[in-house]
Amino acid sequence: MTEPTPPATRRPRRLQPPSAASAETPSPLCADPTRRGGAVLGLEPSPLWTDPTAAAPAAPAPIPAAAPAVSIRGLMVRRGRVQVFDGFDLDLAAGRLTGLLGPSGCGKSTLIRAIVGVQKIQGGVVNVLGRPAGDAALRHRVAYSAQADGVYLDLTVSDNIAYFARLARQGRAEVRRVIEAVGLAGQAKQVAGRLSGGQLRRVSLAIALLGGPDLLVLDEPTVGLDPVLRADLWELFGRLAQGGASLLVSSHVMDEAARCDDLVLMRNGRVVAQTTLAGLLLQTGQPDAERAFLELIRRDTAGNKS
Amino acid sequence: MNNSDISPAAPLKGAAAGPPAPRQFGQAAADARGRTAGPPRPEAPAASESASRRMPLFVVTAGRVLAQLRRDHRTVGLMLFVPSLLVGLFAWMFSSGVLFQRVGPIVVALFPFIFMFTVASIATLRERAGGTLERLMTTPIRRADILVGYALAFSLIAIVQTSLTVAFAIGVCGLEVEGPLVQLLAFSVVDAIAGTALGLLVSAFARTEFQAVQFLPVVVFPQILLGGVFMPREQMPAVLKAVSDYLPLSYAIEGVESAARGLGGWDLWRPFAIVAVFALAALALGSLTLARRTP
Repeated sequence: MTEPTPPATRRPRRLQPPSAASAETPSPLCADPTRRGGAVLGLEPSPLWTDPTAAAPAAPAPIPAAAPAVSIRGLMVRRGRVQVFDGFDLDLAAGRLTGLLGPSGCGKSTLIRAIVGVQKIQGGVVNVLGRPAGDAALRHRVAYSAQADGVYLDLTVSDNIAYFARLARQGRAEVRRVIEAVGLAGQAKQVAGRLSGGQLRRVSLAIALLGGPDLLVLDEPTVGLDPVLRADLWELFGRLAQGGASLLVSSHVMDEAARCDDLVLMRNGRVVAQTTLAGLLLQTGQPDAERAFLELIRRDTAGNKS
Repeated sequence: MNNSDISPAAPLKGAAAGPPAPRQFGQAAADARGRTAGPPRPEAPAASESASRRMPLFVVTAGRVLAQLRRDHRTVGLMLFVPSLLVGLFAWMFSSGVLFQRVGPIVVALFPFIFMFTVASIATLRERAGGTLERLMTTPIRRADILVGYALAFSLIAIVQTSLTVAFAIGVCGLEVEGPLVQLLAFSVVDAIAGTALGLLVSAFARTEFQAVQFLPVVVFPQILLGGVFMPREQMPAVLKAVSDYLPLSYAIEGVESAARGLGGWDLWRPFAIVAVFALAALALGSLTLARRTP
């Protein structure tokens, strides 16, 4: 790391040096009371920089009264012979980092596909940022990174990102910004097919970051990453939420619950709990997320039997 | 993390003074609405950048398809030089010359169709299997942009491929073409588009690359057999002749023969129009198979 480290007096919302005063003028969007500041990603000095408030497993914060980022009512999805959702309801608060946790096969990916509008649904309503999921107006505002990386393996990292940037009418500066944000500057000229699995995940994530979307839906973005990178990316997600974006991030690693503002715990196509980490630990009396989830499943199974 | 390539402190193009302001969240929505109020955007794009922003998305997509192929030297080499090799083989086989004058132009018509069919079906299958198609469906691109992008990229390749093949056939093998060469090129483009469109269409029915390749004998070989290469269509049994009337490659071959013999007017443009209509219909059907929502 050769670049300067930030001054000790950090300003959590505005990360710009004072010289960039003109950029400090709030954009019209930041006047929106539901936004907690138009914070900034990518060009701040160090990706390892930690915002003390971003990752803290904070006390259960009240869910803002603003319109939800995602609102699902009575969702019905069948995939092949499996009825994945049979009347599924969920609201996700705007401007928060929501973790979607649950065992593999519980419907996380199907839910995510329904939210970004690529899942054929048999019934119900999925509203995203006030519009039906998959609406053309949402395609500039909602970004998606699937479990399959969705990267052209025969293009370089920067060619991949540049292609999706052009589709979103973003320039080259934006391409550089997202490459920096996921720490792939050294691999920008490499062909994606030669990257490691973790590097490919980050290319996929970089594409999702293009243009600063209002809602980021990430399906297992940290699979195959080493602990340091995972921590970096979760910090990045925390900063994005602080900047006013809404994030839904799925994972089947329960420790990652500590990184989220809100938690949605799923099992067999149902929401077992929608809470915060502190709330979850309090509710179950367990010391960590993993045991708390197991406890919830035990109670859930017992409840179903009785 | 490695920041050796691009240091955030490095001045970015277009930023005259001070570090450029990063984009702010929600700016995407502002862009989408074409909002111009508010503070001026400090990251003023350079001229080339604003040009690429206006570029139609099918041109952007064609560029991406060509960039993918450019890295694959072997495929490019096979696409560009194998047709000449086979034309040379035909010329050698039919060294008496008379038959080569008939078969030569047909080979020119077949290659763009066969190559683009194969490449397009596998490329589309990869888009489906690799998750890139699903990602595209969440971006502002329209389905027509994807299809036309592929058709445009493969048409450009077909022009190069046919130019090389015709040059080799005329210059080295002594093929005599009486009509203008531009007509042959026009047919190669429309054949390539038809092959691309058909390849995109059948890739919807293939789950693996193995299956996609198997569509070549199913979809293309019968068209070659019935298209008048081995036997003039007029001499075929009535049923086969009737079937061949509905196959696009029959008209592709007919048109190229007309072009090579210097026929004009209806003999030339009727088959051209039929192949073109077929290509458009296949593209339209293909767009239906590129569903935004999948089960």
